[in-house]
Amino acid sequence: MSLYRDDGVVLRTQKLGEADRIVTVLTRNYGRVRAVGKGVRRTSSKFGARLEPFSHVDVQFYTGRSLDIVTQVESLDAYGGSIAGDYGRYTAGTAMLETAERLTDVEKEPAVQQYLLLVGGLRALAAGDHAAGAVLDAYLLRSLAVAGYAASFGDCTRCGAPGPHRWFSVESGGSVCRDDRPPGSATINEESLRVLSALLTGDWEIVDGADPRFLRESTGVVAAYAQWHLERGLRSLRLVDRA
Amino acid sequence: MYEGIVQDLIDELGRLPGVGPKSAQRIAFHLLAAEPSDVLRLAEILREVKAKVRFCRICGNVAESEECRVCLDTRRDLTVICVVEEPKDVVAVERTREFRGRYHVLGGAISPIEGIGPDDLRVKELMTRLADGTVTELILATDPNLEGEATATYLARLVKPMGLTVSRLASGLPVGGDLEYADEITLGRAFEGRRSLEV
Repeated sequence: MSLYRDDGVVLRTQKLGEADRIVTVLTRNYGRVRAVGKGVRRTSSKFGARLEPFSHVDVQFYTGRSLDIVTQVESLDAYGGSIAGDYGRYTAGTAMLETAERLTDVEKEPAVQQYLLLVGGLRALAAGDHAAGAVLDAYLLRSLAVAGYAASFGDCTRCGAPGPHRWFSVESGGSVCRDDRPPGSATINEESLRVLSALLTGDWEIVDGADPRFLRESTGVVAAYAQWHLERGLRSLRLVDRA
Repeated sequence: MYEGIVQDLIDELGRLPGVGPKSAQRIAFHLLAAEPSDVLRLAEILREVKAKVRFCRICGNVAESEECRVCLDTRRDLTVICVVEEPKDVVAVERTREFRGRYHVLGGAISPIEGIGPDDLRVKELMTRLADGTVTELILATDPNLEGEATATYLARLVKPMGLTVSRLASGLPVGGDLEYADEITLGRAFEGRRSLEV
């Protein structure tokens, strides 16, 4: 496999040497790939803006000894422009990229669902039809669900008693009933639970029409849930601008 | 592994950015073979740089005194500030000889994925400089990459209530390049920023 080609989203770039960058790309078929973009920091680079974070690209790699090398790139969608032009979208989008990177920690292990979810999330973020913070919250809940950490906002996660319940336990994986709530469980408003369910299922009518109080409470629950299951905290989450 | 102090030198050189173990070894043996006066001169300059060079208290550029050469120059236009990410960007803009205002060095760009937010940059210092009303124009010359664009967006939003003229450096086609090799985003920007020819 000296040359291979795939669609992907650029997650992160790091400077390398004089004019190169290490580019982390979440690809459709090969999962997360780290590769060197040679000379991309030069203004004369033929890759130019195509290898910036948030770029959805058709990319060809050459298999290298330690890191692969980017040989050709074509843009499929350049979400970066509209995302970087709005600070709230930029910070929310960065948290999405970091989450995608963390949930695909094994290189070249296919993660098609994570890839499709990220592309959909970035498309929604760039379109600006919904609040950037809500798009991020929906993405976090769904990407964690794809990774095997689906939160329950209905029945008790411990005994299965039908919900809704007033208590939420991050370590138990969602709503808990009065009898089974572990110490430290948070109390949560029923309306916030409805918002959280809507975020998970993509019922945007409920999310867009929700009272800001309940959206704020939902955001707190999502952040705590994501930080708990990702073990190491997301660095970009504290910098998300929800103004 | 080499003995004692030679290996220590290789290890220290290897900690420099862009210098790998082989390069470190090559530089170390070059220094060992060089004239003692040349090596001592290098050592003296390193010591002197560390002792003398600091950051300008006004703009954050590198300086040998409290204020940098640009801030001390009374001929510079006090009403315009050009915001850049790093001191090396000041040098790049100065080389153009097009800008006669003063600078503000942020010390980087906003990068949430690296944990760098506005509070980690010299944004508060910039707001303090703008507060007295002397400055009427702000040129945002952060890098033309995603982090630079987002930093410029953040600053533009922050200073908007002050009523300043805020501009961003133009982006488009590099001089001396071929149009067919330009990527869609750069070419799109060039179209957006096209200007009429006065002939």
